[in-house]
Amino acid sequence: MRLMVDRRLIAHFDGLLLLTTLTILGLGAMTVYSATYDASSAMHTSHAWRQATWASVGLVGLLVAVFFDYRKLERYAFLFYAAGLCLLIAVPLFGSMGGGSRRWLSFGPVTLQPSETMKLALIILLARLFHHRTHPGGLRLRDLAVPTAVTMVPVLLILGQPDLGTAGVFLFVFASMLLLAGPSPGTLGLLVLAALGAVPLLLSQLKPYQLKRITTFLNPELDPLGAGYHVIQSKIAIGSGGLTGRGYLHGTQNQLNFLPEQHTDFIFSVFSEEWGFVGAIGLIGLYVLLLVRGLVVVNRAKERFGALLAFGVLANVFWQAAINLGMTTGMLPVVGITLPFFSYGGSSLVTLMVGLGLVINVNMRRNSRDRLPRL
Amino acid sequence: MPLSSRETSNGLRRTVVIAGLIVVAVFGALGARLYSLQVGEAERWSSLSENNRIRLQRIPPTRGLILDARGTPLVDNRPAYDVVIVPEDTKDLATTLNRASTLLDLPPTNTENLKKAARKRPAYEGLTVYRDVGWETVVALETRQLELPGVSLEVGPLRTYPFGDFASHLLGYVGEVSGSDLESGSGYRMGDLIGKFGAERAWESYLRGVAGGQQIEVDSLGRRLRVLSRAAETRGNSLVLTIDRRLQQFAEQLLEGKEGAIVALRPDTGEVLAMASQPSFDPNPFARGIRQDEWKALTSAKYDPLSNRALQGQYPPGSTFKIVTAAAALEEGIVTPFSRLYCGGSYRFGKRRYRCWKRGGHGSVNLHDALVHSCDVYFYQVGKQLGVDTIAEYAHRFGLGKPTGIALTNEKPGLIPTSAWKKRRFNEPWYSGETLSVAIGQGYVLTTPLQMANVVAMVANGGKLLRPQYVGRVESPHGEVVEQLEPDVLGDAGLRRSTLHQIREALRDVVNSRRGTGQRSKLPTIDVGGKTGTAQVFKMGRKAVKTEHMARHLRDHAWFVAFAPVDEPEIAISIVIEHAGKGGGATAAPLARDLADFYFALTRGRDYQLTDAGRDAAVSVASLSGPPTAHPETEAMPVEMSDDVRARMLARRGRS
Repeated sequence: MRLMVDRRLIAHFDGLLLLTTLTILGLGAMTVYSATYDASSAMHTSHAWRQATWASVGLVGLLVAVFFDYRKLERYAFLFYAAGLCLLIAVPLFGSMGGGSRRWLSFGPVTLQPSETMKLALIILLARLFHHRTHPGGLRLRDLAVPTAVTMVPVLLILGQPDLGTAGVFLFVFASMLLLAGPSPGTLGLLVLAALGAVPLLLSQLKPYQLKRITTFLNPELDPLGAGYHVIQSKIAIGSGGLTGRGYLHGTQNQLNFLPEQHTDFIFSVFSEEWGFVGAIGLIGLYVLLLVRGLVVVNRAKERFGALLAFGVLANVFWQAAINLGMTTGMLPVVGITLPFFSYGGSSLVTLMVGLGLVINVNMRRNSRDRLPRL
Repeated sequence: MPLSSRETSNGLRRTVVIAGLIVVAVFGALGARLYSLQVGEAERWSSLSENNRIRLQRIPPTRGLILDARGTPLVDNRPAYDVVIVPEDTKDLATTLNRASTLLDLPPTNTENLKKAARKRPAYEGLTVYRDVGWETVVALETRQLELPGVSLEVGPLRTYPFGDFASHLLGYVGEVSGSDLESGSGYRMGDLIGKFGAERAWESYLRGVAGGQQIEVDSLGRRLRVLSRAAETRGNSLVLTIDRRLQQFAEQLLEGKEGAIVALRPDTGEVLAMASQPSFDPNPFARGIRQDEWKALTSAKYDPLSNRALQGQYPPGSTFKIVTAAAALEEGIVTPFSRLYCGGSYRFGKRRYRCWKRGGHGSVNLHDALVHSCDVYFYQVGKQLGVDTIAEYAHRFGLGKPTGIALTNEKPGLIPTSAWKKRRFNEPWYSGETLSVAIGQGYVLTTPLQMANVVAMVANGGKLLRPQYVGRVESPHGEVVEQLEPDVLGDAGLRRSTLHQIREALRDVVNSRRGTGQRSKLPTIDVGGKTGTAQVFKMGRKAVKTEHMARHLRDHAWFVAFAPVDEPEIAISIVIEHAGKGGGATAAPLARDLADFYFALTRGRDYQLTDAGRDAAVSVASLSGPPTAHPETEAMPVEMSDDVRARMLARRGRS
C-alpha cells in the first residue's frame, strides 16, 4: 500500500477529469430516467436505477484502475487480449439476439457486451505493441503487421455479429493510435491510399439495411418510415428544444415515443429537447473539456506506453461521441453507436470508466519518484 | 521506452496538438449545427413538433396461406372492416367506447382491457375495438362519424377457414396476441394476431410475415389527410400440407357422429395423409375474436371438441399392442414361429384367472394364430416370460411412451410402464400379474392414435421410426419453395427381417383369413394388413354385463391399425373410436377399409374398383358442400369418378 500514501501520487490525481466525467454521467442517468419515463401513467422503468448501479460498479473499476502502476498492464496485455477474444468468440456460440444481431452474453441477470470489454483490451495491447515499435524516421509498413492483425481479428468477429458501428470505432481507435505512434511519411501515404481503396470494397460487403441507412442519410426522403424517420424525428426533437429547452420530462418528442432508441442511440436528442441549445452546448463543452484535459495527460506522460494507452482511451471516447452526435443531428448516417458515459448500457459504461481510470493513472505517475533527480 | 528520444517525443507532441485541434474543430462544428437547429430553425422544428401530425401507422402483415397437397387453400384471408379508435383523438376513451357501442349497436367492450392496451402504445396509434363488423355497422359509423371523434374504420385481412370445422385440430386457429408472446420481444404489438393452436401456432414464424407501415398526415381532429409514404408489408409464407383435402374430408366423414380419431401416414416418409379428430370445431370465430359465450360453449361442450384426439387422446391400446409384444417375443427368442402355447380360455396366475376374450379358448396356437385370433392367453404367457421392462424396451423402440415429435403443440406422450416407473410413481414394487395386462395393452399402458399409426408404419417400412410430418414444403407468397421438408428418421427399432415378416404375414391374415378378427377391413383387390384392439375402460367382475346395459363412458374403446398394400405399403392407418361398445373388429375395421378404399381410388384413379361400401361413403363426401364459390376447380371428388359413382347411386336408389 505504499502507493496509497504517496503524496505526490495523490497530488497528481486529476480531480478535474473525474469531476467532468461524473457530471456527464449524472446528466446521462437523469436523461435515461426521462427517456424511459412514461408520462401518461407516471411510471418509469428501472433503467435509470440500473444505470446508476452500473455507474457505481464503474466507479469501483475506475478506482481499482488507479491504484496500481499502469506499466504493469504491459506485461498482461496479451492475457487481457486473449480473455477478451474468448468472450467475443463465445458470442456467436452462446450469445443472445437483440434487434437482428447477436451481441450479448448472459450471465444470470447480467448481460455483457464483449465487444466493449474487447475495446479496452485491444487498446492496452496496441499500446504495448506500438511502444516497442519505434524507428528513426517513423514506423515502416512492416512494423504495422502485428498491430493490424490483432485489430482485425476482433473487428471481423464484431462485423459478423453484425455490429458495423462498433467495428468501425475499433478501426478508428486503431488508426488514431497508429498516428500517435508515428508512421513514416511513406507509410502514412500508403495507408491513406489503402483506406480510400477499401471504401468501395466495404460498400459492396454491406447488408441491404446498412446500405439503406447510408443512402437514406444522403437522401432522407427515400425512406421516411425507417431510418429517415428516425433522423427527422431526432431533428424535430433537437430543434424544438430551442434556446433553453422544454424542461426536464417535458419533451413531447420523447414522451410521445416519436424518438427511436430513446435511452441508447438517440439519448442526446432527448437531452437537447429538454435543455435546449444551452444544455446541448454545455454537454458538448464537457466532452471537449474531458478530451482536451486527457490530451494534456498524454502530452505529459513520462513514457510512450502511457501516452499511447491514454490516447487510445481518449480516441475511443472521441470517435463514439463524434459519431453519435453527428448521427443524432443528422450530419452522419445512422449507425448504432452510443454516446459515451451518457447512453444507457452497463458494459460500455464500466469499460469506459475503467479506461478513464487508466488515464488518471498515467497522469498520477507522470513523475514517479524513481525518475526524479534526488535532492 | 521513455520519451527521451527528442525526435519521437516531438513527433508525439505534435500529434497530440493536432488531435486537440481536431477535437475542438469537430465539436465546434457540432456546436454550429446545434446552433442552426436550435436557434436558427427553432421555430420551424417546434411547429413540426407541436403539430406532429405525421403519424406512423403500422400495416399488419397478411398471414401466409395453408394449402392442401394439391394446392387448395384450406386457410385463407379475406378483407374485413374493423372499428378502430385513436385514443389521442377522443376526449375520454371509456365514454367514446360506450357511445360507440350504443350508436353502432355493438356489444359493449371490455373498457379496462382496452385502456390498459392503450397505455402501452403511442396515443396516436389506433386500437382495434371490433373486428369484422357487418355493413350495417359500416353505414352507421359513416353517418354518425361526427358524434364519434377518433373512431374510424380500417380494412384489414381477416383469417378465414373456408371449410369451417374441416381439419380444425390440425390447422388450428389464430387469436389476439397476449401475455408471454407480447413480452417475448419478437416484435408483437397489442392487437396483432398470432397462431394459438395447431399448425397456425407451430408454424407461426413462417406464416406471420413482416409488418409494413405508412406515414400519414392527419388534421388536428385525427382525420386522415393523405398518405405521405408507404412501406409495403411482406406477406407470410404459405404451408403446403402433405394432406389431400379429399382424403381428410373422407376420414372426418367416417367419424361423423362418433368421438375418436383417424390417422393415416405414408410409412416410408412419415408424411401425414389424414389426421381427423371428432368432434371438431369451427376456427372462424377465433380469428375475429371469440366471444365469451362462444368460448364457454366450446370448452364446456360434452366431448371436448378442442382436443385433438389423434395426439392428445391417450387410450389403452388393447390388442393392437400385441404387435409390440410379438416383436419382443420373437427378438428375445421366447417363441419361434413354430412353438405353440395352449389357450384354454383363461390363464391362472397367482390367485387370479386371466381370461381370454374367447371363453372357449383357442386351443394350441402359434404366434401367427395368436395374432390372427388375438388370443390373450398366448400373450399372457409370452408377456410373463418377457417381463415388463423388456416389453417396455420394445415399446420404446416403437416410439411409444414419448411424443412422436410432430410439429403440433400439446402432444401427449402416452405411458409405457416399467418397474422403475411404478416405484417412482406409487412407491410400490411391480407385480408380475400386472405384466400380463401390459402384454395385451391394458393396465397402465396408454398410447395416442398417432403413436399407434407410427407402430404400424414401422411394421410396414421395416422398422424405421419417422417423425410424422404434415407440412410438405413452405412456399413464399410468390410460389417459390422456401423450405422442402425431408423425411426425418428418428431411429430404428432394430428388428430382424424375419420378425417383421412374421408380423406382417400375421397382420395380413388378421384381415384376410377366414377366422381373422379384422375381416371387415378386407378389400377385394388389395391386401390390407391390420390388427384389431378393444381397450377396456371398465374392468368387469365375474359377471359379464351386456354392453347395451353399460353406461356409455364405461364402454370399451375400439381400435384398428392397418397398412396396405401388405407387400408394398403406401398407407398406414390408425383408428380409435371412443366408447364404441363393440370391439375394434366390428366398429373400427370397416372404417379403415373405407379409408384405404378411398385412398386407392384417389391414387389409382380409374383403374381402381371401389367397393360398394366405399362408394357409398365416397358419394357422401362428393356431395359435401365445398367452399362457397372460391375454388370450383377443386371439387371434393376426383371428377372422373364422381359421375360414374353418382349414376350408379341413382340407379340403386331407383331399384329400392
